[in-house]
Amino acid sequence: MIASILAQGTDWIRPHADWHALAPEIVLVVGINLVLLIDLWLDDAKKWMMATLTGFVLLAAFIPVVTLAVIGDDVRSMFFDRYVVDEYALILKAMFLLIGYVVVLISQNELEEGGYYQGEFYLMLLVSVLGMVMMTSSRDLVSIFVALELLSIPAYMMAAWRKRDTKSNEAGVKYYLLGVFASGVLLYGMSYLYGTTGTTKLTEIGAALAEADAGPGLIAMQVVAVAFIIVGFGFKVSAVPFHTWAPDTYEGAPLPVTAFLSVASKAAGFVGLVTMLYVAMFAADGVYQPFLWILAALTMSVGNVLALRQTNIVRMLAYSSVSQGGFILMPLAVLATGDAAESALKSVVIYLLIYAFSNLGAFAVILAVSRKTRSGEISSFGGLMSYAPGMGLLMTLFLASLAGIPPFGIWIAKLQAFKTVLDAGGTAAYTLAVIAAVNTVIAAAYYMKVLREMWMKPAPDGDTTPINTPQPIWAALTICAAGTVVLGILPGLVLRFADLQDLTGALGGG
Amino acid sequence: MDYSNNALLTIGTFLPLVGVLIMMFIPGSDERAHKQIAIITSGATLAVGIYTLIQFDYGNSATLQFAVNEEWIEVIKSNYIIGLDGISLPLYVLSMAVTFLVAVYTWNNVPDAGNPKAFLMLMLVLQVGMAGSFIAQDLILFFVFFELVLLPMYFMIGVWGGEDRQYASLKFFLYTMFGSALMLVAFLALFFQTGAESFSFEHLMAAGALIDHDVQVWIFAGMFIGFAVKVPMFPFHTWLPDAHTQAPTQGSVILAAILLKLGTYGFVRIALPMLPQGAHEWAPVIGILAVIGIIYGALGCLAQTDMKRLIAFSSVAHMGFVMLGISTLTTFGINAALFGMVAHGLITGMLFFVAGSIKHRYHTLEIKRLSGLLIQMPKMGWILGFAAMASLGLPGLAGFWGEFPVILAAYSPAFGVNEALFRTLMVIAAMGTVLAAGYLLWLFQRTAMGDPNPEFVSHDEPAQSLSAAANHGADADHHDEIHDVTIVEWIAWMPFLVAIVVFGVYPQLMFKVMDPAVIQLVERVGNGIP
Repeated sequence: MIASILAQGTDWIRPHADWHALAPEIVLVVGINLVLLIDLWLDDAKKWMMATLTGFVLLAAFIPVVTLAVIGDDVRSMFFDRYVVDEYALILKAMFLLIGYVVVLISQNELEEGGYYQGEFYLMLLVSVLGMVMMTSSRDLVSIFVALELLSIPAYMMAAWRKRDTKSNEAGVKYYLLGVFASGVLLYGMSYLYGTTGTTKLTEIGAALAEADAGPGLIAMQVVAVAFIIVGFGFKVSAVPFHTWAPDTYEGAPLPVTAFLSVASKAAGFVGLVTMLYVAMFAADGVYQPFLWILAALTMSVGNVLALRQTNIVRMLAYSSVSQGGFILMPLAVLATGDAAESALKSVVIYLLIYAFSNLGAFAVILAVSRKTRSGEISSFGGLMSYAPGMGLLMTLFLASLAGIPPFGIWIAKLQAFKTVLDAGGTAAYTLAVIAAVNTVIAAAYYMKVLREMWMKPAPDGDTTPINTPQPIWAALTICAAGTVVLGILPGLVLRFADLQDLTGALGGG
Repeated sequence: MDYSNNALLTIGTFLPLVGVLIMMFIPGSDERAHKQIAIITSGATLAVGIYTLIQFDYGNSATLQFAVNEEWIEVIKSNYIIGLDGISLPLYVLSMAVTFLVAVYTWNNVPDAGNPKAFLMLMLVLQVGMAGSFIAQDLILFFVFFELVLLPMYFMIGVWGGEDRQYASLKFFLYTMFGSALMLVAFLALFFQTGAESFSFEHLMAAGALIDHDVQVWIFAGMFIGFAVKVPMFPFHTWLPDAHTQAPTQGSVILAAILLKLGTYGFVRIALPMLPQGAHEWAPVIGILAVIGIIYGALGCLAQTDMKRLIAFSSVAHMGFVMLGISTLTTFGINAALFGMVAHGLITGMLFFVAGSIKHRYHTLEIKRLSGLLIQMPKMGWILGFAAMASLGLPGLAGFWGEFPVILAAYSPAFGVNEALFRTLMVIAAMGTVLAAGYLLWLFQRTAMGDPNPEFVSHDEPAQSLSAAANHGADADHHDEIHDVTIVEWIAWMPFLVAIVVFGVYPQLMFKVMDPAVIQLVERVGNGIP
């Protein structure tokens, strides 16, 4: 038996590994071990250092991303095209690392003051970010699944971080059960895909499906596989009707975790979905286009209508984030129509990026304000402009961006999404565009509700003592505000990264 | 086209942001500094505007001048293209002048909610959006500037407005947002129908005319709603009376003088030349709605008991004239419409100023309670009379040239638009002017003439009843506020008054600038109609 194993070993080829391209992941792995070890021997009083250390790890991982982007070589492909570092991967890696850094900034004081398990928290955060960073490069069913679990499992624990708070426990359990269920569905779909094509490599699956599509057509198991994979990711991106966990989890989890989940975890789901759609399942457009059309329309409409009724700002943002997910899904519903593929990809990438800045910013403001008001109600924002004009101005900026008002951030992403859909043309696409246009107005109504509270209502209880905001939160706010404004005015800075060529062309897929 | 890449327009448009940045770092308690910075910044902006006026080549007012074409969002094929021609020049400079004068007026007329820092910052941001909309030569750029005015105005009404301010501001916001959403879809449809090559006006004007007739009609419909909400045209006007009535004086003036013009300007600059066949098909609809607006606005005025609300409804009527002029598709009509836009800006702006000052003194604008302004404040009373005369279209004042030529132009609309219909519209619109004279003179008669309302008469004079004397103490502050036009008001208002007379006596001053650009525009529309 040993002989047979050894015999197999002879045709083992050493996979190509590009150490520069893998540097971000390696830095993170080293950092994770450092955090784990140092935390073991660190005095409780010095636990605050963990935040600083985690921040440094994330920034250090950022450096190779920048150098890779600056060198701007061709696509760096490793492990037989199963792990790829291209510009699409780079811009998203940069995004996840930056999100991680901002989350560290806003968690710091919350954790210190709450006396939570700081070392462990940052460890979980780093592991989750590592999963996300891997997700951007994965081009194989197995590595996608591993990345997804790597980013999800720490997130389940982080959601339940406030151990003695039942709401936080509820958040964690709900997130965990539905997350695991989603993983199961996804894995089931993937197994069918593997079973019918005999490979786990996305490009090969893509080629096999394209061949089937051109010839006899997809077989039933492949149709089921595509549908299941979309459902699996649908949970991750909280698309309606798979969104039910989101509001409870968002409300119950500690605020920095909510910010992290609503931005990074969601984005990672989208990244996985986009990779699957473009590289592996592109030819199955007859299955996923109508499916995604319905998901997008439902997600943006239901999310919006529910958001309108919320009085708790975190729940409102939870539903608004569901609805924003619908806008991100929208261009994917036409991705194989005409030459919309490129435009749809750009739309998704820029939407994820700017949404990350604006939504994180909004959460950072909520965090800062709730330090004073100890409340999550929208009415607790009354009179914010009178006692904290700087904070109020920033919140105005973030919410205006989320509402899609130029020149702040998300307008360009929304525009790109509309543009993609209209470009694809056809009745279905136009209908979706009109639904989205109506939803934009509905969304404006609830974002305005918060603005109205801040600008036009008096402070509740007449309490107008200024807010004492710690430095890290200001730093986080500055990063988010700069991102929201700069990308809104000069979106060309990041749009160039999302070239379709990278994702599919160089891999022979599509 | 010749792009000189001259920075003049960019400086003129974005200069107010410098003021905003400086104000950001000065604590709000130093109100005087904020007012000074706002006046200096808007004054400097106006100076740049006047320099632009001097540098403008009037012999070539049909071509874009000071044009800039810089790369902006390459991926979506939108560039930073700006430029100024005879159509946009008057509005561009008007926006700067109005903002400056409103900043001056704010010197001792900060709205009740206080916080001049935020108020003036918003006003300066608003100015960037307004000026930018008039120079943009790229649809996406135009859209960004067009939307930029939304939030500052929303906050101006919502924070510093009257009692129903929150309702009014939200209504304003959602109406406009709805219009913009459809407008954006129309813009994108236009972009794709012209081959998805560029968002520049120049390209779209050339390529837009070639779009199929039916498609043009649909795209025009989307733009129509977007711009019509902003104008506002009947039946999209219902946000206007609320917004105007509730807005602070400064907000009303800017709203009336500039913001409403963004809609009409959009029709002239974008909808007409880019979609000539769409415009041709829609012209009768626009004409009919415009005339309904004229009559409806006038009747609305007659029914109002609040002076500010009355002026707001008169705006609906006046914008009806402007839209009627545009719908004739004639050079004469469009020239008059453009003139009417500036004239309405000056006159209605002036009326809102007076209304604001009256409110400041009497704490009411109820027409029933106001009377005898001419006795209590003769100068203010006469300014009100003067603005009312100008508003009703008295020959010799600016308002006349915005209305009379429109009515003439409606006699023979261009390009075979239904003549019988437009002659009927002409007659009805002419009756609208009679109604205008009616409601404005009635307003003047009720508020300015007669004896002052006893409740506002100073008790210093003898011959008062005993009970009134007993109330004296309580009412003393109230009455001290009733004084005639102050020096700050004179400074802020004089340019309006002078301009109303100058343009009234010598309208050629503006027609000369606009005419070549309008002729070219109408030619373009004509070429696009088979």
